[in-house]
Amino acid sequence: MAGPLVFVEGVRRVTMGEMVEVLLSDGSSRRGQVIEFTDRYALVQILEQSTGIDVLSTRIRFSGAPARMPLSPDILGRRFDGAGNPIDGLPPVLPETWRDIGGTPINPVAREKPSRPIVTGISAIDGLNTLVRGQKLPIFSAAGLPAREIAAQILRQAGTGEGERGPSSPGEKFAVVFAAMGITFRQASYFLHEFEHSGAAGRTVVFQNLADDATIERLLTPRFALTAAEYLAFDRGFDVLVILTDMTNYCDALREIATAREEIPGRRSYPGYMYTDLASIYERAGCIRGKIGSVTQLPILTMPDDDITHPVPDLTGYITEGQIVLSRDLHRNGIYPPIDVLPSLSRLMNLGIGPGKTREDHRGLADQLYAFYAQGRELRRLEAIVGEEGLSESDRRFRRFADAFEREFIGQGKRGRTIEETLEEGWRLLRRLPKDQLTRIRADHVGKRYGTAAVEAGRTGE
Amino acid sequence: MTEGGIIVRVSGPTVVAKNMAGARIHNRVLVGEDHLPGEVIRLEADRATIQVYEDTTGLGLGEGVTDVGKPLLAELGPGLLGSVYDGVQRPLHAIRAKSGDFIGRGLSSPPLDREKRWEFRPVAREGDVVCPGDVLGVVAETPRVDHLVMVPPGNGGAIRQILAGSFSVLEPVALLADGTALPMLQRWPVRTPRPFRRRLPPTLPFITGQRVFDVLFPLAAGGAAIIPGGFGTGKTVVEHSLARYAGADVIVFVGCGERGNEMTEVLADFPELTDPSSGRPLMERTVLVVNTSNMPVAAREASVYTGITIAEYYRDMGYRVALLADSISRWAEALREISSRLEEMPGEEGYPTHLASRLAGFYERGGRVSCLGGGEREGTVTIVSAVSPPGGDFSEPVTQSSQRIAAVFWALDPALAHRRHFPAVDWKKSYSLYTGAIDDWFRENVSAECTALRGGLMALLQREEELQEVVQMVGIDALQEQERIVLTVSRMVREHFLRQSAYSETDASCRPEKAFLMLKAFLSFHTLCRDLLARKVPVESVLALPFREELERMKELPEEGFRETVNALIARIVTEGGRDR
Repeated sequence: MAGPLVFVEGVRRVTMGEMVEVLLSDGSSRRGQVIEFTDRYALVQILEQSTGIDVLSTRIRFSGAPARMPLSPDILGRRFDGAGNPIDGLPPVLPETWRDIGGTPINPVAREKPSRPIVTGISAIDGLNTLVRGQKLPIFSAAGLPAREIAAQILRQAGTGEGERGPSSPGEKFAVVFAAMGITFRQASYFLHEFEHSGAAGRTVVFQNLADDATIERLLTPRFALTAAEYLAFDRGFDVLVILTDMTNYCDALREIATAREEIPGRRSYPGYMYTDLASIYERAGCIRGKIGSVTQLPILTMPDDDITHPVPDLTGYITEGQIVLSRDLHRNGIYPPIDVLPSLSRLMNLGIGPGKTREDHRGLADQLYAFYAQGRELRRLEAIVGEEGLSESDRRFRRFADAFEREFIGQGKRGRTIEETLEEGWRLLRRLPKDQLTRIRADHVGKRYGTAAVEAGRTGE
Repeated sequence: MTEGGIIVRVSGPTVVAKNMAGARIHNRVLVGEDHLPGEVIRLEADRATIQVYEDTTGLGLGEGVTDVGKPLLAELGPGLLGSVYDGVQRPLHAIRAKSGDFIGRGLSSPPLDREKRWEFRPVAREGDVVCPGDVLGVVAETPRVDHLVMVPPGNGGAIRQILAGSFSVLEPVALLADGTALPMLQRWPVRTPRPFRRRLPPTLPFITGQRVFDVLFPLAAGGAAIIPGGFGTGKTVVEHSLARYAGADVIVFVGCGERGNEMTEVLADFPELTDPSSGRPLMERTVLVVNTSNMPVAAREASVYTGITIAEYYRDMGYRVALLADSISRWAEALREISSRLEEMPGEEGYPTHLASRLAGFYERGGRVSCLGGGEREGTVTIVSAVSPPGGDFSEPVTQSSQRIAAVFWALDPALAHRRHFPAVDWKKSYSLYTGAIDDWFRENVSAECTALRGGLMALLQREEELQEVVQMVGIDALQEQERIVLTVSRMVREHFLRQSAYSETDASCRPEKAFLMLKAFLSFHTLCRDLLARKVPVESVLALPFREELERMKELPEEGFRETVNALIARIVTEGGRDR
């Protein structure tokens, strides 16, 4: 035995990845999973506390099958632990089908190109980093930043932008799968409370592995959640939003196992295969040709010490289609949601915007806002060195634009905005700056949107 | 086929089997009851270590292993273009037809369609004596690519019989005097470079359609370039732009350990997008090898070899081929994972110590060559691979090893990407070692002044860099008027010349002629400003000159009439300078 690992000798029949039951001398049992074997031993990771397991009297029973999950539409509204057992006091799910939780990769040629936006009601996302169905867009948070509030707000407001807003609106087949990995009871209950209040509880499946639950169980939790999500999306036609929080805890569990196996550690002692392992989770988002449903992922992770180059955010960023980065500076300045749009990115944005989806001027407007804001931020840094006097009049205007952009466009507060409101807000800010500077927007769009209210803007701009 | 191997160990993607005496290194094997494909990568007495190209979940102790007796082979022949393969050349469309939307286990399907018939038009005649590489006949594989059916390496002699008509890939089209029947299909071990007659110097450019590359850091046809950049710096967008607009006859795109949705974009767009030079769908010149990040790592390791073998095959026909790999870091990680399962002594950052030599072996398979066979064909394989350094830190082993081999370094910069300056090429770190070798071509075919223009641009950017440092310290007021003009012009050049939107209809691709002409206009504007300031014209009236907007909108002008419009603009700028004040 070594930490959460058990070496079992004298095994004749064993298959890779199968589930085992560890029977203790006091009659209780623990679950485990085979992660490696040779003809001399099988290596089993114990999913629960390993307290009480001894070398002499503990027996192990091999199940012969990998971890599987019973599925039926009745899972909606249910709550499970991190290993898929019901914890809401209701009986087990009557299965319509069983699925291996490891899943199999979606055939790349079967994937449908994501194209439908999800309007989150948050300008920094809808306007500049549009979320698209089938996308995986993580929130890079850090200790003390309100990632959970933002996730909950997205849940409350998310919709197609066409009809009513919110997951409970009629006519939409929208479901939420929530996987909690190693978060505290307080954080988890915040989400459960949100689900109740937004009327989404009946369309939510919860898998929770809390901070005081077994660490290794966390390795299975997102896989159970995604198996449920895939079932709901591709068998039942739901648009599923999967929230995985907190991926940093998941990676730490992965590291714990790797260290116990005495593997050669990679960066910050995370295992070298962490990219592949994370990909086997994140890549389970998408749309499939000829199927109505979709799996969209919103993983939340904590950047240790606010470091975006830490292996967890770094490898995540390489797999996911962009990232929403929260900023401590904005948070300190009282701006909510504190989304730093410069390092944030949605790679699929172009697929989800434009005529017929949002509006024809969306791309140009977003580029222009970005460019000006980046310029304003640069000037703000400069101002800190040379003082306001050192800036030219036009530079000062950009610097003021950056302030206003943060306060008014990003810092919208808890109220949701429609896509029209978001775009209009963007134009309102652009009118503070001379028309001939808007070089990233097509001339005809500038003509159409800028001109009309220029006079009014001239007044409010001062 | 040798049966009788027995699984004694499974760890991640590697399997150890005993009773494997007689197996050879790199032989293909079938593992377990599901016949998962694998490859022997180590032998110790009768124990073979095997990397398995599928997920090993469910493999059991004591299950059988069969040695196929041959290495991993690529099938080469008509029908490759337009196909989508996984890392070990399984056709994904056929796999989908078998197992549905998710990839099942132990499936196999021949890479080239056995039923499809191709119209074979013989070129060689009965009685001709042929050698490897000689052309037997031609198949119109797609309307834009004629597929030359060649004598495979290792065969040759007098042709006893040659047929014409419609055949499937396995039916013989020619019979040699020694009795060998040659079908259109040939097989080649993916880990062995295909032979050629000799290497040629890289003196022709590989036109990318991106101004910053073609003008500042040009790549030679047959050369190798790497694009390192942290996440979000636009590596994939650059690779996709190259796949669309690069001047190549055949594109082999290897999606190695990257995102599924990105590949979907390629799959959805390429059949519809047309290539501006021929007006045909891009898919007709493209082969996709797709092993997304959640597909098995061992197959990811194999995918770049599958890709380059296909690229070499078209090179042998005399085509200009581009191999685009996104990303080579994922391939290196697969190598690392397998190496650590083999419990090899790790090198830097856990990568095996043979990483550099394996990378070099891969890049060296690119090149400009004189092909085997009669008729002096000349083909090129140009390799452009994305590199994903952890944390965006270029000092890591994959970037460093690649940099030692590839002569073009297109470094991407997160600061530019955050400002939405795409392609986010860092002109301070990037370089090309080919400029000397291919500038002759540019001078003859594009612009006689190309070297001077490139130098002028680099000098301007360099000057801006220095001035920015001064501004950072003491503010813009400390600058002389001449220096402020440098900042103004260099900003125009950055925004409207170096930046290029991959999503703009007119500007997504830019021919080098257009690029150099644009540059000339910007630089002559700079000269004009300098002259005027030297003649004590106030800086305000210089900045108010009417040319700026015209210069900034140049990139959006259509191809047609571009030369005339811009030449006229340059002429007006020059005249303005001659005017009395």
